[in-house]
Amino acid sequence: MSVTLSERAAEHVAKFIAKRGKGIGIRLGVKTSGCSGMAYKLEFADAAEVEDVVFDSHGLKVLVDPKSLPYIDGTELDYAKEGLNEGFKFNNPNVRTSAVAVSRSTCNGFQ
Amino acid sequence: MALLQISEPGESMAPHEHRLAVGIDLGTTNSLVATVRSGQTVVLNDELGRPLLPSVVHYGADGHVDVGFEAQARQSVDPRNTIVSVKRFMGRGRRDIAHIESMPYDFAGNDNAAEGMVKLRTVQGVKSPVEVSAEILGSLRARAEASLGGQLTGAVITVPAYFDDAQRQATKDAARLAGLNVLRLLNEPTAAAIAYGLDNGAEGIYAVYDLGGGTFDISILKLAKGIFQVLATGGDSALGGDDFDHRVFCWIIEAAKLSPVSPHDARLLQTRAREAKEYLTVHGEAPINARLSTGEFVDVKLTSEIFTEITRTLVQKTLGPTRKALRDAGLSPDEVKGVVMVGGATRMPQIQKAVGEYFGREPLNNLDPDRVVALGAAIQANLLAGNRAAGDDWLLLDVIPLSLGIETMGGLTEKIIPRNSTIPVARAQEFTTFKDGQTAMALHVVQGERELVSDCRSLARFELRGMPPMVAGAARIRVTFQVDADGLLSVTAREQTSGHEARIEVKPSYGLTDDEVAAMLKDGFSHTTDDAFRRALREAQVEAQRLIEAVQSALKADAHLLSMLERAHVDACVAKLQAVMMGDDRRAIDAAMDALGKGTAEFAARRMNQSVQRALSGKKIEELES
Repeated sequence: MSVTLSERAAEHVAKFIAKRGKGIGIRLGVKTSGCSGMAYKLEFADAAEVEDVVFDSHGLKVLVDPKSLPYIDGTELDYAKEGLNEGFKFNNPNVRTSAVAVSRSTCNGFQ
Repeated sequence: MALLQISEPGESMAPHEHRLAVGIDLGTTNSLVATVRSGQTVVLNDELGRPLLPSVVHYGADGHVDVGFEAQARQSVDPRNTIVSVKRFMGRGRRDIAHIESMPYDFAGNDNAAEGMVKLRTVQGVKSPVEVSAEILGSLRARAEASLGGQLTGAVITVPAYFDDAQRQATKDAARLAGLNVLRLLNEPTAAAIAYGLDNGAEGIYAVYDLGGGTFDISILKLAKGIFQVLATGGDSALGGDDFDHRVFCWIIEAAKLSPVSPHDARLLQTRAREAKEYLTVHGEAPINARLSTGEFVDVKLTSEIFTEITRTLVQKTLGPTRKALRDAGLSPDEVKGVVMVGGATRMPQIQKAVGEYFGREPLNNLDPDRVVALGAAIQANLLAGNRAAGDDWLLLDVIPLSLGIETMGGLTEKIIPRNSTIPVARAQEFTTFKDGQTAMALHVVQGERELVSDCRSLARFELRGMPPMVAGAARIRVTFQVDADGLLSVTAREQTSGHEARIEVKPSYGLTDDEVAAMLKDGFSHTTDDAFRRALREAQVEAQRLIEAVQSALKADAHLLSMLERAHVDACVAKLQAVMMGDDRRAIDAAMDALGKGTAEFAARRMNQSVQRALSGKKIEELES
C-alpha cells in the first residue's frame, strides 16, 4: 500500500509548504460528490490524525485517512501545466476498477 | 481531469463547490487580477506572462473591440476610438471632468452626474464609461477563468477611497455587465494594508502612500477590531511617475544642448528618460544614449544626485497633501504605526527616503508596489468566498462534530458539510431526479460518518413538491446546508428552473453526548473498507434498478420492434439481473448489467432508427437542409 508524489509534484509541494510557513505535509483523500461520484481532496496538513496512514515520499509526509485509502491506494500525485492553468493531478490506478463507482450516477432519486 | 490546487486543512471542496474568487485592481492606467492559489496570493499573468493589463479599450470600425496592449498600440493612430483612463469618467457628468476640452474624445450626454453619466461617441456607437470599464473587467475575467480552469464565484474590485456613491455604483454596474459577481468593493488603500497583513496586526493608524503613473493618493486609515476605517484622504490627480519622466526629459534636452526636437524624437527621449529613471532605482548612475532624426547624438549620464535634485519639488509636492490629510484626521506623523507604499513610482529611492523621513519610520515596501492592491483584494475575495486561509481560525469559532448530509438513492449518505467545518458555514450541492416525470422529492437530513444512511443518525425529513415533470436526470435541485453561529442548521432545496423551494430547520448536535459523538466517529473509521464495499454495492444496485426501469419503459413503448425470440432473450436478461441485484455479489450484478446492455443494444438501435424515420418521413431533402 502506498501513495506517492512525483518528483515535480514533490518540488511544488515543498515550495508551497515553505512559502506557507507551516505544515507537516500534505493530505490526499476522496470525498463523495453527488452526481459526479468521487472528488479528490488535496490539502495542506498541519497535524496527523490518530487514524491517518502516513507515507513518506521524497522526504515529504503524505497523509491519507483510512476511509480514502481503498480508493487512492497506489496513486501518484503529479504536477502538470495545461495552458495558463497549472496544478496537481492524481494518477490513480484504481480508476479503472473504481470507474464503476465513479461513473455510476449516485444521482439521487428521491421518491 | 481538472488540475487541483492544495487547499487549507478541512477546506477541500468538491469541484462544483470550490469557489474561485479573484481580486481586481481596476486602475486608471493599468489593471491587474490576482487570486489565492495553494495558499499563496499571486497575480495572474496573460498568455505572454505579462501581469499588467493597460486600462485601454479600442473600438474598431470593423466592430472589433481590443483591450490592453493591443488597444494601447492603436492610441496614436486612432485616438478618438481609443479610450484611456476611463476610470476618470466613471460616475461623472461632463462638468465634473477636468481638462475635458483637451481630450481627444467626442463626448455626448449630460453636463452633471445627476442627469446621467458622460458618454463617448465612438465608431461603434455611444459608449458609457461603464461599458468601457466592463470590457476591461471582462478581459481580466477571461484571463482568470483560463488560469484557474473554472467559472469565478465572485470578485472583489478596488476603488479609490475618495470614490463617491455614483462612482462606486458605476464600478459595480461595469462588473455586472462583465458577468462578474461583486463580493464587495474595497478601498485601494485598505487592500494594500490587507496585503501586508496589517488587518491581523496591531490596532492603530496607518498611512497608505500611493504614487501611480499619473495620480497621487494619500490615505489615513484606522484599524480597530480587524476593520479599517478611512479617516482622511488627499492627493493630486495630476501628479505621478510620468512627471518624473518629464523632468528627466527636460534635463536631457538641457544637458545635451538640444534645440526643440521633433515629436518623434521627443517620444524617443521620453522613453529613454523613463528607462533612466527605472535604472536609477538600483544603480548610482544611468547612461542615456540616443540618435535623433536630425543626426545629433545624445550621450549623457544621469546620476542619482542630479535625479534627486531635479525631482525634489515633485517629491515635496506629494508631502503637501500628506500633511493636509494627517491634519484633517487630527493626527501627527509620529502617531502613524506604519506606512504602506503603493504604485510603481514609489520604487524611486528618493521617495522612499522622503516618506521615511517625514513619518520617522521605514515604509513597508517588500511587496511589489504595482501588485499590492490586487493582492490585498484577492485575499479579501478568498475570505468572502468562504475559502478560509491559515491563521483565520478565530478563537470563537466552533466546529461541527459530525458530518451533515442527505440520503440519496439506495440509502447512501451524501455528506454536504464535513465534520470539523468551522461554523458559521454554508455549502450547497446539486442533485437531480431519478424517475421520469418526478414532481416531488423527499429529503432526509442525516448526521454521521458512515456511508449508509441506516448507520447514521436521522435529523429531519421534508419534501420538495411542485417541480415541473422532466425526464430523469434533467431537473436541477440545489440543496443548501447552512449552519449559523449558534449551531442552527437550515436545509433548503430549490428546483432551479421553476424556483420551487422547501426548507427546514434543525438543531443538529443537540441530544448527542460527547461519548456518543466519539463512538460514531470511531465507528466510521473501523468500518472503512466495509463501507467502501457496501457503498459500491449499493451504487451498483441503484444503477441496476435504473437500467431495468429504462428497459421496461422502452418495452412498453416499442415491443413490436422485437421478435418473440428476441423478446424472450431480453426478458431473460432482465430476470437474471433482478435475481442477482439484491444479493451482495457486485461482480454478478455488473455481469448481468453488461448482459442486459448487450442484449438490448440491437433493440436500442432499432428504436433509434424508428424515431429517425418518423422525423424524416414525408419531408423533402430541401426542408431538412434548411
